[in-house]
Amino acid sequence: MTDTNKSGVIRDINGPIVTIELPGIRSGEQVKIGELGLFGEVISLRGRQAVVQTYESTDGVRPGEPAVGVGWPLSVELGPGLMGGIFDGVQRPLAKIALESGDYIRRGISVPALDRSKQWELTPSAELEPGATVGPGTVLGTVQETLTIEHRILVPPGVTGELEEIAPAGDYDIESTIARVRDAKGISHRLSMYHRWPVRKPRPYLKRDDGISPLITGQRVIDTFFPQLKGGKGAVPGPFGAGKTVVQQQIARWSNADIVIYVGCGERGNELVDVLETFPELDDPYSGRKLMERTLLVANTSNMPVVAREASIYVGITMAEYYRDMGYDVVMLADSTSRWAEALREVSGRLGQMPVEEGYPAYLASRLAAIYERAGRVETFNAGSGSVTLVGAVSPPGGDFSEPVTSHTKDIIETFWALSKELADARHYPSIDWVTSFSGHVQTAAQWWHKEVDPNWEKRRATALALLARDAELLRIVNLVGPEALSSAQRWELEGAALIKEGVLQQSALDEIDTFCSPAKQFALLDLAISIFKQGEALIELGVPVTELQNLPLLAKMRRIKSMYSSEQLDQINGFREEVDQAMEAIRIEYAKQAEVFSD
Amino acid sequence: MSIKEYRTTVEARGGLLVVKNTPGVAFGDRVRIEDHAGQIRNGQVIRAADDEVLVLVFEGTDDLDLESTWVRFLDEPVEIALSPEILGREFNGLGVPRDGRPPVLSSLRRPVGGSAINPAARTYPREFIQTGISTIDGLNSLVRGQKLPIFSGSGLPHNRLAAQIVRQAKLVDESSSFSVVFAAMGVSYADAKFFRDEFANSGVLRNVVMFVNLADDPPVERLTLPRTALTAAEYLAYDLDRHVLVVLTDMTNYAEALREVATAKGDVPARKGYPGYLYSDLAEIYERCGRIHERHGSITMMPVVSMPSDDITHPIPDLTGYITEGQIVLSRELHNQGIYPPVFISPSLSRLMKDGIGKDDTREDHPRVAAQIYALYARAQETRNLASIIGADELSERDRRYLGFADDFDQRFVGQGEAEDRSIEATLNLAWELMSSFPREALTRMKETDLAKYYQGSD
Repeated sequence: MTDTNKSGVIRDINGPIVTIELPGIRSGEQVKIGELGLFGEVISLRGRQAVVQTYESTDGVRPGEPAVGVGWPLSVELGPGLMGGIFDGVQRPLAKIALESGDYIRRGISVPALDRSKQWELTPSAELEPGATVGPGTVLGTVQETLTIEHRILVPPGVTGELEEIAPAGDYDIESTIARVRDAKGISHRLSMYHRWPVRKPRPYLKRDDGISPLITGQRVIDTFFPQLKGGKGAVPGPFGAGKTVVQQQIARWSNADIVIYVGCGERGNELVDVLETFPELDDPYSGRKLMERTLLVANTSNMPVVAREASIYVGITMAEYYRDMGYDVVMLADSTSRWAEALREVSGRLGQMPVEEGYPAYLASRLAAIYERAGRVETFNAGSGSVTLVGAVSPPGGDFSEPVTSHTKDIIETFWALSKELADARHYPSIDWVTSFSGHVQTAAQWWHKEVDPNWEKRRATALALLARDAELLRIVNLVGPEALSSAQRWELEGAALIKEGVLQQSALDEIDTFCSPAKQFALLDLAISIFKQGEALIELGVPVTELQNLPLLAKMRRIKSMYSSEQLDQINGFREEVDQAMEAIRIEYAKQAEVFSD
Repeated sequence: MSIKEYRTTVEARGGLLVVKNTPGVAFGDRVRIEDHAGQIRNGQVIRAADDEVLVLVFEGTDDLDLESTWVRFLDEPVEIALSPEILGREFNGLGVPRDGRPPVLSSLRRPVGGSAINPAARTYPREFIQTGISTIDGLNSLVRGQKLPIFSGSGLPHNRLAAQIVRQAKLVDESSSFSVVFAAMGVSYADAKFFRDEFANSGVLRNVVMFVNLADDPPVERLTLPRTALTAAEYLAYDLDRHVLVVLTDMTNYAEALREVATAKGDVPARKGYPGYLYSDLAEIYERCGRIHERHGSITMMPVVSMPSDDITHPIPDLTGYITEGQIVLSRELHNQGIYPPVFISPSLSRLMKDGIGKDDTREDHPRVAAQIYALYARAQETRNLASIIGADELSERDRRYLGFADDFDQRFVGQGEAEDRSIEATLNLAWELMSSFPREALTRMKETDLAKYYQGSD
């Protein structure tokens, strides 16, 4: 650390922005600031001076104290031991820090992300023999990281050559040498189970692929109405109290990804604790194991230093790419990208950069785009396939979607789940607004649904959306002149839309049964609601008064059936379908009789 | 420890001093300033460079001159003295007594800046606090360790509501009451007196620490006041194992003081002239509340935020809402109808409610009662809008039922006496009484078992 070439002195302290005199330091390099050894990162150079953003509070630091270059940019450690952990914005393990420094985070504390003493049982790849040609992505062996996740130890990017030796099966710590590779120049590379990677540099892959299958989240309004693909990028914007965090947590809980990385970026401490306390108890609906075994948390709460908040998203996505390279489908949730953008704004403001919109720097849009572009489905170096799905929460000030972060995000993403204050106020959750939300993946998702669930999926979805659009139109009239002005058929349309809203779209995260809904149940509910509407429509044409239909008890049951029967109890839902058909048929016969009487 | 004293001030403006040739002064250090008349002021270093430092003067820079001002760097952060004696006392934002009694003597001094709680050391808050107020307990429950602000407007009875909560707050099955840390920033003399009298009359005064900065006190002091108050709260909670309720009023005055200083410093403004770091700054304050593993005490926070021109999208309530775990919103319309407390439930929310209520905490039907009331009230609001256009007579019978429900609800459920302390049982029973004006089928959020047990309707 005390490389004499890279040691300098502090000149100016302006909150987290520190100017140092350290000739020869590189832009982006990590620096240790002052007697406390606070970590920071060089963001600009000018003559002999460098401007550093520090990841911790600079209280008590004085001009004249030393500043030392570390020799590498902000990077993360990638290896077994990440899963199930909670890290801060610069990948320090928070549980370990709590053991060392108590309830509060002591400044200058430095603990490596990965446990150096833990032994992992390595199973080397059977087909690998010394002399084999290996390259980035070659699986050297596997480690059972958690009961759910098999960690594949890969040759890191940049290393290609002849395998000189590979360790036999056995227990190793992450620093032990498990392989040596001689490259074309004859240089021998020592490989252990972990390596470092600079977070601001996307990890390489063979080629980019299109997404093919939807990410199933078990949430009807997402999967059925605004589907996301594995490898897609989406945003959840919403004013406070609209339920962004619950939507994100539901995706973290129930999505059919292999790995979930949850980045709490400038958000509430208690929400992260909620995840931390409940996920070890909850079962993963796919593997049956505990959710925490496939989950990794990055926590930079709103009161933690702002510069580390800016770093936390990069730290999260780099870890996501690492698991993608092993061939996994990873979902990364970033809550919230607005706080990240604000961190960017805060630093740029302190640097005196020219603000463009609402104080944000001119590079906001390009930085946002660069982050979202790290999502995607790729062909990995070992010809496998992996994906990173990125879902960012956006917290627009005052709920105004035209503000810079929301509008720039909207230009980049493909799936937009817009949360509405009005729906949230009526406790219609998830408050995803069906008018302003969109998904660019409906065609691709339809292929999957038609094959796996029902060939009528796209049709039913379109019918439901048309009915909801019609409902919005009719409600405008009702608000002007009252419902009595509508025809029977129009009033039945309102009823049909209400069935879709309450019986299908609304889904309580707190309801034990309804919190997760399988694709088959999703389709069954949608089909049922539309069937009730269609049959009723036909009856109204026969002259059945709309009030008679409105008073049918089966409408109340339709609203409640989602939380009466679980995804395994489709038979009961289909049983209700027969009930509906019989009740409707009975009314039809009765009216047909009456019609005959009149015609006589 | 060398104490450095200088008379090299070159600039004084808007609460800030620029002092030249001050090598080795630490960022964040405390500063004492002696003016031409020998009066002492306090300050803090907010920028430290080789050749000059920027000092924030808590008492302001009025009446200072550049020649005869002595600036002394104390080589220590801003701190307060802590001991059990602070209970029952009143201080200013720097911990100096305002009650005419001697300063607190203690060897225990803590810097007011605090540091971030490690998220891994937190425990999720889940103990229901009964405030005796139906709209809070029944629909937006408060739990121990939560930060739940009151969003209000000028002239609305937020102070009376805050005082009522302080008087009545208790855990359902525990008799121990809360210790209260009361932090007033830029409040009027009358408001400060109201709280002082309230605490004295209800006999809670010996459990209260007050930190007060009046409207005519220096605004810069408002920046340290909530931090000083929270340092005291942390001491009570984690050193003395008490459950602490912190009332911060009014955070809008705090944010305005922050804007004033930021403008003087030349910070780039973000929205409405507030600096870009307003969110982080507010979070530093609000996030000091919570529950910590294996600590008996806790900090629950109730900030009062007055919304300028009743605008909930104004940066101060907006950013507050993004940090706090919900909000209780007061409505001018309800207030004008004479309803107290005028809590407007539609935009009100408690995020931590879900784990503090239900079978083992309050009553099994509680979560669904809350959801059902919200759904009915939302529908009733739509009906009210409709009635105001086409007239109530034109409404269908179904719609008129909603209208009747909304009126009953406002009068009987929202409205309650200032001394009325309703148990959670009473609140839930009242909710059922009101909901029973609807037929069973309309109560779609309820389970059949709830209806069988609590529904009081005729069918």
